[in-house]
Amino acid sequence: MLHIFCPHCGELRSEEEFHSAGQAHIPRPLDPNACTDEQWGDYMFFRDNPRGLHHELWIHAAGCRQYFNATRDTVTYEILETYKIGAKPQVTGKSSAPQLVANGQGEKV
Amino acid sequence: MSQVYRLSSGGRIDRSKVLNFTFNGQTYQGYAGDTLAAALLANGVDIVGRSFKYSRPRGIIAAGAEEPNAILQIGASEATQVPNVRATQQALYSGLVATSTNGWPSVNNDVMGIIGKVGGKMMPPGFYYKTFMYPQSFWMTYEKYIRKAAGLGRAPLQNDPDTYDYMNQHCDVLVVGAGPAGLAAALAAGRSGARVILADEQEEFGGSLLDSRESLDGKPATEWVSAAVNELKGMPEVTLLPRATVNGYHDHNFLTIHERLTDHLGDRAPIGQVRQRMHRVRAKRVVLATGAHERPLVYANNDVPGNMLAGAISVYVRRYGVAPGRKLVLSTNNDHAYRVALDWHDAGLQVVAIADARHNPRGSLVEEARAKGIRILTSSAVVESRGSKRVTGARVAAIDVKAHKVTSPGEWLDCDLIGSSGGYSPVVHLASHLGGKPVWREDILGFVPGDAPQKRVCVGGINGVFALGDSLADGFAGGALAAAEAGFKAPAVTVPKTLARQEEATVALFQVPHDKSTARAPKQFVDQQNDVTAAAIELATREGFESVEHVKRYTALGFGTDQGKLGNINGLAIAARSMGITIPEMGTTMFRPNYTPITFGAVAGRHCGHLFEPVRFTALHAWHVKNGAEFEDVGQWKRPWYFPRAGEDIHAAVARECKAVRDSVGLLDASTLGKIDIQGPDAREFLNRIYTNAWTKLDVGKARYGLMCKEDGMVFDDGVTACVGDNHFIMTTTTGGAARVLQWLEIYQQTEWPDLKVYFTSVTDHWATLTLSGPNSRKLLSEVSDIDLDKDAFPFMSWKEGLVGGVPARVFRISFTGELSYEVNIQANYAMGVLEKIVEAGKKYNLTPYGTETMHVLRAEKGFIIVGQDTDGSMTPDDLNMSWCVGRNKPFSWIGLRGMNREDCVRENRKQLVGLKPVDPTKWLPEGAQLVFDPKQPIPMDMVGHVTSSYAANSLGYSFAMGVVKGGLKRMGQRVYSPQADGSVIEAEICSSVFFDPKGERQNV
Repeated sequence: MLHIFCPHCGELRSEEEFHSAGQAHIPRPLDPNACTDEQWGDYMFFRDNPRGLHHELWIHAAGCRQYFNATRDTVTYEILETYKIGAKPQVTGKSSAPQLVANGQGEKV
Repeated sequence: MSQVYRLSSGGRIDRSKVLNFTFNGQTYQGYAGDTLAAALLANGVDIVGRSFKYSRPRGIIAAGAEEPNAILQIGASEATQVPNVRATQQALYSGLVATSTNGWPSVNNDVMGIIGKVGGKMMPPGFYYKTFMYPQSFWMTYEKYIRKAAGLGRAPLQNDPDTYDYMNQHCDVLVVGAGPAGLAAALAAGRSGARVILADEQEEFGGSLLDSRESLDGKPATEWVSAAVNELKGMPEVTLLPRATVNGYHDHNFLTIHERLTDHLGDRAPIGQVRQRMHRVRAKRVVLATGAHERPLVYANNDVPGNMLAGAISVYVRRYGVAPGRKLVLSTNNDHAYRVALDWHDAGLQVVAIADARHNPRGSLVEEARAKGIRILTSSAVVESRGSKRVTGARVAAIDVKAHKVTSPGEWLDCDLIGSSGGYSPVVHLASHLGGKPVWREDILGFVPGDAPQKRVCVGGINGVFALGDSLADGFAGGALAAAEAGFKAPAVTVPKTLARQEEATVALFQVPHDKSTARAPKQFVDQQNDVTAAAIELATREGFESVEHVKRYTALGFGTDQGKLGNINGLAIAARSMGITIPEMGTTMFRPNYTPITFGAVAGRHCGHLFEPVRFTALHAWHVKNGAEFEDVGQWKRPWYFPRAGEDIHAAVARECKAVRDSVGLLDASTLGKIDIQGPDAREFLNRIYTNAWTKLDVGKARYGLMCKEDGMVFDDGVTACVGDNHFIMTTTTGGAARVLQWLEIYQQTEWPDLKVYFTSVTDHWATLTLSGPNSRKLLSEVSDIDLDKDAFPFMSWKEGLVGGVPARVFRISFTGELSYEVNIQANYAMGVLEKIVEAGKKYNLTPYGTETMHVLRAEKGFIIVGQDTDGSMTPDDLNMSWCVGRNKPFSWIGLRGMNREDCVRENRKQLVGLKPVDPTKWLPEGAQLVFDPKQPIPMDMVGHVTSSYAANSLGYSFAMGVVKGGLKRMGQRVYSPQADGSVIEAEICSSVFFDPKGERQNV
């Protein structure tokens, strides 16, 4: 069971308080009517399935009911960071993971 | 004659406490402190079961969790049956009832055994797949009998009377295993002040020290154990959990511990006590001190009862005062087996010989045995054992390990017990639960845990550190490290002094060679629980199963309840040799939770019976019960389904309730509808974006029906939303959709439109909703309310605040029945009083309570949809003939608009919701029934839709249904057909889905 740091509550809590809501950073097109059917289909249905780092949207459903993002390694299930909606991920490649652990943030997330 | 194999002294048992127990119907005696296995051995019980495939007699091999054969059914009554208990891990108690899980008519005289003997050659791996393959549909039939013959224990037929529970724990350091390394680690971490949990699967702490010949600081090992345990007991932050198996290592250092609190006390837990507890532990650091399992050697007929693990013999002798035989022959490739010879010799029993595969062993223990005059045969091994129900002899022959050959015919030695030791396999199970691959170490001939991202430390035997002094030092260091990483500083320690020993290296021997080829030699068992032989593994590799995972699946190696604790490494080694590659090239073996089987009781904890799932009741539930309601589950809610009077069935009750609503007035508890309070300056704009229709012009005091779609344009919820103030709305949702809709609103507000100032609060439980529906509802309500109910002052689709039954209420004039209706919302804790006043006043109007069934009928007569019944996530508002509810010209491209304009959503001939009127008005179309245009078309027929809601002839005088039909809206008056399972065909006419009061006059009076 994952241990997830809610960036709104500022606490590590157990996975059973959270729900995953799929891949993060998929903005709704600002002008849906300008999208072709194919573009709209991509927006609605097509998601990445990476081996390794994945940015995910989560909700602290049984807690503060706030959505946030998490960067998770789909192989080891390590969560390398969690960050609020609107923020950008700090961990975007394999190389930065050990660095976060080293500077103490890995402990928190 | 009882306990003939009990030694006259020794063991950690209490000989003053005699315990009676039964095995396969026969009564035996043992002592307090025995395991069931120890007591069986003490009584000379050789056969504990019959093997899975060949039905060969099997005896106890091991003394712990790795036992593959003594898998018994425990339980003195039907309700307390527990299958697949390892006798080696079950403490003996008075009145214990155990039976073998297989063997017919008995384990001693088994019919299948004869077949196994003669049919062995005819049952190669994959036998079941190959033999019972055709016809495929018969597998289910075969399987039932194969399982019965094989025997895997059985579940009880009655409810378990005991209580099980969960406990959540947090700790700095969780130490798994309380052998020497684990105790040392717990001491180091405990002394640092860290919060420590020490869990061990055995009845008492100490692990291998409990049967050890070693001394610590010159004192017997068990004295050090007592001192260590006492010190730990005195530490306030240390929790000690004996009889507690850490059975799963899950993500982010979450581990589950299966603690058996009272399994050692009796068949049932004492009154008021919990039988088993699942600890759910989040540990900052984990110390794995799980030790190592001795590996047996694989030789011919190595499964005859009387063939045991060498180390297990020492455990029985030293810990339980039981000698599992009289004349012992040992076969080994390492020094450790010699201490078994010494223990046996010290107990005054005869060591016939030790066969050592090595050329010239000179270790300290070897020399000690030599000095005692024990016969040692070097470059030799037991190649074959003799005996049918018990070992009667062992053939020891010279072997060439490198060439895998027997180099002399050898000699038969008379004996009744053979102990074999092929080295030690570190218990890496927990370390690999999360996918961490074990790494082969040639120097210890075993797999050790590899690198893993988990915050854990491995100490002692699991690391391949076997010598006692080294293991203790490793434990202290690991415990201190774990504590330090968790933020604590462990004081320095002095590791207790142990005797330094000279040790001769182990030689790599897994399968012992035989004069004949593996295929022709007597069976050499690798996995005794699943009857996998060395020949079967060789055959699997010959048949092309080259991956270890395929070999395992084809032969069933390691697929028993023991997960191949004894067999996996030997199987891997045999497969590797057969393919001419090394063990690490062959691969590794992985393990999954649970380490040992756990009971369903422990899995369920308190979540059974009425605590299985939460149940939600409305504020009026007690009234419904008192008035005889039958209930229906809607999500977690209990909703009144119908209110039968004496002698009424559901049809009669629903017909009466429907008539009362249409003729006078009915009362429905609508409290379960989801209610979301929406506030904020941008609330109106938000509704415009979420709903398909327009909300800009909805005035304060008005209400409107709305449809919600997903981005694909498909309807996913509906309900009425009322404007309370310019910045304040009350949204209602379907009963089952309330939570889903709230999350839907939140995700869009938080992730897409955070600039919109709008807030959502679930108020479903805050308000109780009483719906009064029927032509007399106005008259009735006026008698209990001060609200002006005049049809012009309070028109349809508006709402007012006022007193109802003397209590402030929000009354919505909306209708789901097509009748004049008022939905009275009252603060939930006042609702019962208001209800009673309404009921009192309603007597003269024949006020009739009705349930969900009548509600469904009445709404269907009006063609009102129920989302989730008439829709299935693939229907647009247009498909539902609800274009009137779609605001295509709203400025913002609201959710669903783009989706419903996709090419496929606007094509002709989509399935559309229509009314269906059976041509024979007494026929009822089953809900879900498929529809066709041509009933004479041969199968497969073109299915053109299905029935979504259907009701028998009632107030309308004919049966009617709603359903979806391809292009149905343009097919009014045409016929569709529904072929039934019994061969009949129901013919129906496509019609408008509004069957009753099509102009909507009755709700507008």
